[in-house]
Amino acid sequence: MVLSKAVPSSSHDASLDCTFASRYVRAPLPRFKLPEESIPKEAAYQVINDELMLDGNPRLNLASFVTTWMEPECDKLIMAALNKNYVDMDEYPITTELQNRCVNMIAHLFNAPIGEEETAVGVGTVGSSEAIMLAGLAFKRKWQNKRKAEGMPYDKPNIVTGANVQVCWEKFARYFEVELKEVKLKEGYYVMDPEKAVAMVDENTICVAAILGSTLTGEFEDVKKLNELLTEKNKETGWDVPIHVDAASGGFIAPFLYKDLVWDFRLPLVKSINVSGHKYGLVYAGVGWVVWRSKEDLPDELVFHINYLGADQPTFTLNFSKGSSQIIAQYYQFIRLGFEGYKNIIENCMENAKVLRQGLEQTGKFNIVSKEVGVPLVAFALKDRTYYTVFDISENLRRFGWIVPAYTMPADAQHIAVLRVVVREDFSRSLAERLVSDIHKVVQELDEQVKHVTKVVTTQVDITARGGGTDGALVHKSEQEIAEEVITYWKKLVSRKKTSGVC
Amino acid sequence: MVLSKTASESDVSIHSTFASRYVRASLPRFRMPENSIPKEAAYQIINDELMLDGNPRLNLASFVTTWMEPECDKLMMAAVNKNYVDMDEYPVTTELQNRCVNMIAHLFNAPLGESETAVGVGTVGSSEAIMLAGLAFKRKWQNKRKEQGLPYDKPNIVTGANVQVCWEKFARYFEVELKEVKLSEGYYVMDPEKAVQMVDENTICVAAILGSTLNGEFEDVKLLNDLLTKKNAETGWDTPIHVDAASGGFIAPFLYPELEWDFRLPLVKSINVSGHKYGLVYAGIGWCIWRTKEDLPEELIFHINYLGADQPTFTLNFSKGSSQVIAQYYQLIRLGFEGYKNIMENCQENAMVLKEGLEKTGRFNIVSKDNGVPLVAFSLKDNSRHDEFEVSEFLRRFGWILPAYTMPPDAQNITVLRVVIREDFSRTLAERLVLDIQKVLHELDVMPSKKDIDIQKTKSVAAAWKRFVEDKKKTNGIC
Repeated sequence: MVLSKAVPSSSHDASLDCTFASRYVRAPLPRFKLPEESIPKEAAYQVINDELMLDGNPRLNLASFVTTWMEPECDKLIMAALNKNYVDMDEYPITTELQNRCVNMIAHLFNAPIGEEETAVGVGTVGSSEAIMLAGLAFKRKWQNKRKAEGMPYDKPNIVTGANVQVCWEKFARYFEVELKEVKLKEGYYVMDPEKAVAMVDENTICVAAILGSTLTGEFEDVKKLNELLTEKNKETGWDVPIHVDAASGGFIAPFLYKDLVWDFRLPLVKSINVSGHKYGLVYAGVGWVVWRSKEDLPDELVFHINYLGADQPTFTLNFSKGSSQIIAQYYQFIRLGFEGYKNIIENCMENAKVLRQGLEQTGKFNIVSKEVGVPLVAFALKDRTYYTVFDISENLRRFGWIVPAYTMPADAQHIAVLRVVVREDFSRSLAERLVSDIHKVVQELDEQVKHVTKVVTTQVDITARGGGTDGALVHKSEQEIAEEVITYWKKLVSRKKTSGVC
Repeated sequence: MVLSKTASESDVSIHSTFASRYVRASLPRFRMPENSIPKEAAYQIINDELMLDGNPRLNLASFVTTWMEPECDKLMMAAVNKNYVDMDEYPVTTELQNRCVNMIAHLFNAPLGESETAVGVGTVGSSEAIMLAGLAFKRKWQNKRKEQGLPYDKPNIVTGANVQVCWEKFARYFEVELKEVKLSEGYYVMDPEKAVQMVDENTICVAAILGSTLNGEFEDVKLLNDLLTKKNAETGWDTPIHVDAASGGFIAPFLYPELEWDFRLPLVKSINVSGHKYGLVYAGIGWCIWRTKEDLPEELIFHINYLGADQPTFTLNFSKGSSQVIAQYYQLIRLGFEGYKNIMENCQENAMVLKEGLEKTGRFNIVSKDNGVPLVAFSLKDNSRHDEFEVSEFLRRFGWILPAYTMPPDAQNITVLRVVIREDFSRTLAERLVLDIQKVLHELDVMPSKKDIDIQKTKSVAAAWKRFVEDKKKTNGIC
């Protein structure tokens, strides 16, 4: 007779549990200390994946210029290169070669004065922040060497930019001990004024930084005018002050849409340019480029020569080990799209920006602050700010899934607050139309709320006015006082901390 | 009657990739091409050229992780379009970074309360981490000197000559003098006594390395702490210590928990570690941890305000991908303490197998120590006929990438080959490597050495001339 044994429940084989049956989803996720024990990989994956569902959706993040979609073929290349450490130049010569090709292509795109088969001077970085720091370092060192040779003091370098600069310029100034001289903005003029900038230049100025594609409004600064005025000043004073163009967003727009705009190395004073591969270079976050006009503009003492197995590789970067994926992806985009591909994509972005702009104008509630020429984005402010602000609109749009940030302008235009929508490659017309209709909804809701609260508050004030205080005396309020009270009530309700950082 | 037309040029879009004209065109190198090409062609062309790169898994030169579990690959791919710096848009990703910082701080015994948040940041690698730590020291020292009314224009940093190149970068770019303690034959790390001697009033910190790049040794941070404390008591200077634990930071806590090298030593104010070395994540992530808030001057921190939320940041890079941060968190919770310990023990085991295999050949001296980062550095006992660079070159033919290096001053006459044992270097690979090294040695043994070749060349040239002259004597015509 075969006796069958009932298996006691205590010997339950935990490895058979499907993920959500296992004990791992009952345990709280470790936050402060490394857990003692391992957990199965499926559990680790699920637990993290699920928490990340509460992050915003990158494709609906209209705050960012940074690319959020690439073709699946490129994703395949990115995946395959995840385990390649970019800095191992001797081990991965092809990847290094691809970087060099990208530098050459970008240098030619910016009209660098190099011969047909001459290699350009430039480098791939993790982003425009690193690129700007490298460019700034080159200017600083060049200026110091010049001053040392002249026997003049070199301890107070400064850099002249507009107050609309991205925060990485402030970082550069603070970390590398360079004074930042900012040209203030004013209402209606949200970029650096070339005349004011040149007026601020002195003997300690290591360079003037112009922006092609201001973060806040997408405008292109007039680099040509800056070049002319600065050339004049250089002649008068004998200082050799150069220009750097921060083309983080504009560098992959101007060459395709505004071929006649002279902003790059065609201007003699422009010595270096940076551009973000991960903005309109159409690559995921993590790649930027900086190109110098010629070898002379990059002091050799800053370049490190690493010798591996006899091969000499000159490098000038802040970061060392990093992934290779984004460099390969950049090269993919260059050969996949070519000039015509980039042109088509940017033209589409401009079209969709126009659709968005017209839709907003039609609501009658907004002033458009961005210009039509520049980076494809739409920055808009409320015509009437008495009852609610752009910060309220931004917050309410979140409910629909949209992330549309609101900012205040930097000094001296801090009283202007705008909403900004960046139109990326993957922001199609249908999304533009849906956004307009959702903004419409939000504005209508806010208007309704104002009417409702005004009625309630007015009624209460009315009752108080008629009913009198505890001592029986009647409190009479004029119409003006009542209106003022309503405004104060609303302002208290909706006031938010204003932002001061530009991203 | 229907006339059918033969297309003189068939529809290009139906061509299979290798039938299309795209693989006949030469790849653009200097200028962006005018026209677009199909995505399949772009993919194939790039993929094929990349086949000629080395195989990352066989790259024994690198400490940087070359394999992760498929589940983690999935998480990374899903996060590739998330810009890490958008903290307000991706609050969970930001939270994961903070959790990693806390865990690593606790791993290094930072003096924190139970629920106190640590002071630290995720970076792109140890280079950025070291620059941030160095900046903090430099600024702190400058502020102190300004208060004392003393000159603050000549800061210096004391390290061993065995430092990784990023310290030299930091020194050069941030205008700090690098005072290097020279090595000597047989002693390939920084000597704490010599280091403390070199400290002066302008020293912003002394940097010790846990896991020297060349031979994996751990420097004696405890001895350094003791000697420096004494000197500080004598001089009144408050010189602190930074530990560059780029490779050792994820080894010592698991294999050598009693080794005191971290925040348990009072003078250690900041530590950096590479997440992408023994943190077991792909290239692109490092961590820097400070002891307390006081060790990170507030003026270096930027406060970015997005939609009202204040986020303090201290990094050099701004936009970057989120994948590696998420992958680090995955590893920390997936493996836990026991997982990391098991992996490090396996690496140590396989390093022993390799070391013993090499010793058995009788041709090598082992330069690395048993305690330290799991790597094996070895040099030829006799390199008169063939040197380590040739061994390295010959091994390439078998697919292995095994670099040879000369030691820094004052031991430049020593050349070593170095194999880094990573998580994915199994015992079978270790045994195969030993076999292949033996094959290479056999080949080199029968090959004439470079010197022999030179002598032979000279001899054969001399013989040829002799013949020519003799022949010429016979000829009397014009040639």
